Amino acid sequence: MMRKRKSLILISVVALVAFVLAGCGGNSTENSGDSDVVKIGVYEPLTGTNAAGGEMTVEGIKLANKLHPEVLGKKVELIIVDNKSEKQEAANAVSRLVDEDVNVIIGSYSSSLSMAGGPVAKDAGVPVIGCSPTNPAVTLGNEYYFRVCFIDPFQGTVMAKYAVEELGAKTAAIIQDVQQDYSVGLNNYFEKAFKELTGNDNAIVTKVNYNTGDKDFSAQLTEVKAKNPDVVFAPGNFTESGILVEKAREMGITAPFLGGDTWETTEFLNRVGKLKDIYFSTHFTAEHPVTDVSKEFLEKFKEEYPDKEVNAFGALGFDAYLLALDAIERAGSTDREAIREALSETKGFEGATGIISLDENGDASKTAIIKKVEDGNFVYVTKVEPN
Amino acid sequence: MTLDTLLQNIANGISLGSLYALIAIGYTMVYGIIRLINFAHADLLMVAAYVAFFGIAVFVLPWWLSFLLAIIFTTVLGVLIEKVAYRPLRSAPRISALISAIGVSYLLENLGIVVLGARPRPFPRPESLVWNINLGNISFLSLAIIIPVITIILLIAVTLFVNKTKMGTAMRAVSRDFETASLMAVDVDKVISTTFAVGSALAAVGGIMWGMQYPQIDPLMGVFPGLKCFIAAVMGGIGSVPGAMLGGFILGMGEVMIVGFMPGLSGYRDAFAFIVLILILLFKPGGLLGENVVEKV
Repeated sequence: MMRKRKSLILISVVALVAFVLAGCGGNSTENSGDSDVVKIGVYEPLTGTNAAGGEMTVEGIKLANKLHPEVLGKKVELIIVDNKSEKQEAANAVSRLVDEDVNVIIGSYSSSLSMAGGPVAKDAGVPVIGCSPTNPAVTLGNEYYFRVCFIDPFQGTVMAKYAVEELGAKTAAIIQDVQQDYSVGLNNYFEKAFKELTGNDNAIVTKVNYNTGDKDFSAQLTEVKAKNPDVVFAPGNFTESGILVEKAREMGITAPFLGGDTWETTEFLNRVGKLKDIYFSTHFTAEHPVTDVSKEFLEKFKEEYPDKEVNAFGALGFDAYLLALDAIERAGSTDREAIREALSETKGFEGATGIISLDENGDASKTAIIKKVEDGNFVYVTKVEPN
Repeated sequence: MTLDTLLQNIANGISLGSLYALIAIGYTMVYGIIRLINFAHADLLMVAAYVAFFGIAVFVLPWWLSFLLAIIFTTVLGVLIEKVAYRPLRSAPRISALISAIGVSYLLENLGIVVLGARPRPFPRPESLVWNINLGNISFLSLAIIIPVITIILLIAVTLFVNKTKMGTAMRAVSRDFETASLMAVDVDKVISTTFAVGSALAAVGGIMWGMQYPQIDPLMGVFPGLKCFIAAVMGGIGSVPGAMLGGFILGMGEVMIVGFMPGLSGYRDAFAFIVLILILLFKPGGLLGENVVEKV
């Protein structure tokens, strides 16, 4: 008898919860017919291995939204969806945004996540602006995908050049995350450029792999240590890279470590802040604001997030939002196809990370910044202009 | 491969393998007594790591006190989980308890994300416990010695506890047939609670060691060791404590060696774990040290 009563209570609780949740769902659909609102969908990793990157990007987007809340006299509504750092979830997130009738989408941190979301957006005919996915394949063959950052063929060459010309490297080892298109892609461009610059086909002394989520890199690093390279190129997610670089120094590998834009996170700095000879390329630096928008961004960012460091991902999120608004304004309409058309014609758009002109693939050609780790901070080293 | 590299790889393998073994022992012990694969085991490991993290980094307690608190908290939590999620299902089909365990696992992970945030945090390494040891060209952390020692001590302690104490005898009786055991005046509830207490304490030690070895913790940190150590436990023969130890070492050593000898295949080290598991189960379905029991119908 007692048991029966208990299950009855349980069923009623479940029913109640379901009812309340259904009510919530109902509310959001009511808004969708409202044409006084411009909907910008955002899909970013807010949980999982890339959570920090997604969070920083969203901070930039929210800041831009706060400063510029309207376009064409309509209020801009942000719809932010978590893609959980998983490829399948990234595709689901875009489908959800399509169902929400968004006019344009922003996202995602991580090339692999963007490549999963891209085809869904293309099929639905929704234009997407990527903030920081740097793999060329994100926009290639997808006329609905654009981005406000440079791409890996450039980024890989920049780091290879720096290794050879500034660090005097003759040999390099490569460590890559085989599950991340970003890591594999960037490594290939680095390898090609490094071999060309050194004129030595055997300049890459070893190439070892790991998987996203790995925590033990001792075996890979033992192999690297045995080959004794002049530099190690190891772009990857900041979570894995932080543990990897720290472990490498513990094991007595003293060669400089080089990486890409994903390293610019507090998580990475927390791990390797006290270590030396760690360099990476990125999109933005607070030391050298390039445009008036950069100055505005720096100032407002510090007001909005006083205890956070200004970072490239926030700046790129900021730019992606502003570019979306700019395109809607130029299109003079919130029609998806018109926005896509306007985006593809972007020339000389002034963003926080520099002047953005999109080429026929929808990619930006921009200055790369090289930073290094020094006494617990990221320090500006130099900048490299695209040719 | 030079001798130095080989020795370095062996040191790496011991350090990874003993960590797997430590966590696998907890898995296998709970399974051995109540025939339940406690999927929440790996998430208890995460809870312990976070309690230790808060103790050291936030409340600035001495490391040993933080570790002790982490073990106590996790033990209590483990016993509570058993009371809430598994005890009501004791007479239900085994699959129901298994699904309940998966539910608890997801609950802990997502609760962790909501309460603690998804961004990873750096786990503080007490300097008196973790330092670098250099022998010639080989370098490893002091943990590569500490963890195997702790693992072996716990292995012996658990074996003695199960085989030599009155509670241990009761546990073995319950594992055979809990209904008959309860007719013989064995307090089944108490025995199972004790099992979970010991299992959770083992998870807590594993979590703290994992946190020190790979000092980056997040709410999903238990998923990866959970999977690997489950494989290790099955490999050694689930239910067999020395088997879990053996399985852990084989898995850890194998993963390191495949990268050491074939760097080109280093992306496939997880696949290696599963291939070894499949091979072992094909030839010895009960695992390396497991009993080959025919299921009674």
